[in-house]
Amino acid sequence: MYSEKVMDHFNNPRNVGEMENPSGVGTVGNAKCGDIMRMYLDIDDNGIIQEAKFKTFGCGAAVATSSMATELVKGKTIQEALEVTNKAVMEALDGLPPVKVHCSLLAEEAIHAALWDYAERNHIKIEGLEKPVNDISEKEEEEEY
Amino acid sequence: MNRLIYLDNAATTQVYPQVLDAMLPFFTEHYGNPSAIYSFANEAKKAVDQSRSTIADLIGANTDEIYFTGGGSESDNWALVATAEAYESKGKHIITSKIEHHAILHTCEYLEKRGYEITYIDVDEKGTIKLDELEAAIRPDTILISVMAANNEIGTIQPLKEIGAIAKAHGVLFHTDAVQAFAHIPINVDEMNIDMLSASGHKIHGPKGIGIMYIRKGVKIRSFIHGGAQERRRRAGTHNVPGIVGMGKAAELAKANMDNNIKNVSELRDYLIKRVLDEIPYTRLNGHETNRLPNNANFCFRFIEGESMLILLDQNGICGSSGSACTSGSLDPSHVLLAIGLPHEIAHGSLRLTLSEQTTKEDIDYTVDKLKGIIERLRSMSPLYEDFVKNHKE
Repeated sequence: MYSEKVMDHFNNPRNVGEMENPSGVGTVGNAKCGDIMRMYLDIDDNGIIQEAKFKTFGCGAAVATSSMATELVKGKTIQEALEVTNKAVMEALDGLPPVKVHCSLLAEEAIHAALWDYAERNHIKIEGLEKPVNDISEKEEEEEY
Repeated sequence: MNRLIYLDNAATTQVYPQVLDAMLPFFTEHYGNPSAIYSFANEAKKAVDQSRSTIADLIGANTDEIYFTGGGSESDNWALVATAEAYESKGKHIITSKIEHHAILHTCEYLEKRGYEITYIDVDEKGTIKLDELEAAIRPDTILISVMAANNEIGTIQPLKEIGAIAKAHGVLFHTDAVQAFAHIPINVDEMNIDMLSASGHKIHGPKGIGIMYIRKGVKIRSFIHGGAQERRRRAGTHNVPGIVGMGKAAELAKANMDNNIKNVSELRDYLIKRVLDEIPYTRLNGHETNRLPNNANFCFRFIEGESMLILLDQNGICGSSGSACTSGSLDPSHVLLAIGLPHEIAHGSLRLTLSEQTTKEDIDYTVDKLKGIIERLRSMSPLYEDFVKNHKE
């Protein structure tokens, strides 16, 4: 059902983990639907993404798309990172089954959410970036229990 | 990695070699059509009768009350649709439960679109139907109560005798989907006042594509599959003789070994449940602790999602199943887990392991050992777990 690349990124996820002092962090998805992605970005003074980390609650495709998304944004400028679309993530993984396409959308949104957080922290506006709709506040998440 | 540990016996089972041996002559040797006149077909006819009698015997029915079908889903569809049509003049109200198999629930939806009214009765947190709600739902126009004998996901066994008594007292027909329970636990259609019962061959180490419906004498439902005089004109289609023979043989073996199987498999199941609950934190057992199918264990592991767990189990040669959205093909997790009151995010982390008589203690130990590592690994990747740990530190 999954491509070899998806299985590789699921079995050996790149950049999984937390980040101590991230430049930006975004969490998207919701537990109700069974997918949550959190992405941490470390962005240097030149606006280059030095590091990306993720944590994901979700299926094989959700883990693989998160992993691939972190790989794709590393070393990129903010503007370049905005071009890492769900399509780019899917292509890099040699495709996803149709029912799993939403996972790649979530990965794109996770990047956007982390960048949005970075922009807010630094009181800047990133051209072409809109507030991610899927962003969930930490508070709502806790109340689920 | 050559080891295969098959713990998905609620999905399907291995055909026992004795069952296959019994079936084989009916493909190449006694291939005659049992409906034919000539003596060449006698062996096939005798074998069909024999199987029917074995199956009837297992549930305390008369031989002529057993009808062979193409499987459990067909039987469920037949029971509901044909009852609805046959008893339309009495009323158009049917009562069922919220945790039925989709063969029942989707057929109910089909009937709702055609003017029938369905009441879906709640279950308690262990998955047992609420009898007071069931009785209160009965109306003058209620024609059928359909409640499963045991749940396919969480294994909870329903109080069939009590449901049957309520149905009888109110003059309402009682159908039970016994696909998971048939030949696994004792069922007696007279003692339990069951009017119709669906069962399947491949859940009891018989072949796929064969099932039965028990219809009590006097229940006036008619044919669902039209086209021939087979099965007392109630189910057309040339008899699937090898399938019928296989299901009969499987029923015979199940009957002979039922007491032993219940005892041994339940013990192993309880060992599995104890190890998992003792050794994996933030885990719950779904379904009733004791009043459950001997072979069923169903857990929820918090902070993780089922499909990831299944992939990692598969990589270790372990076959299980989950009620997560990703495995159900929709955005919602299992309707059964939601019906017992679990929040979505916990229901997503469910794992069903269903044993058979062939499962060994070594299989269980291996599975639990692997499972511990898998859960730990997925939790270390889970933002939900990260938040949980942080909140508990503060």
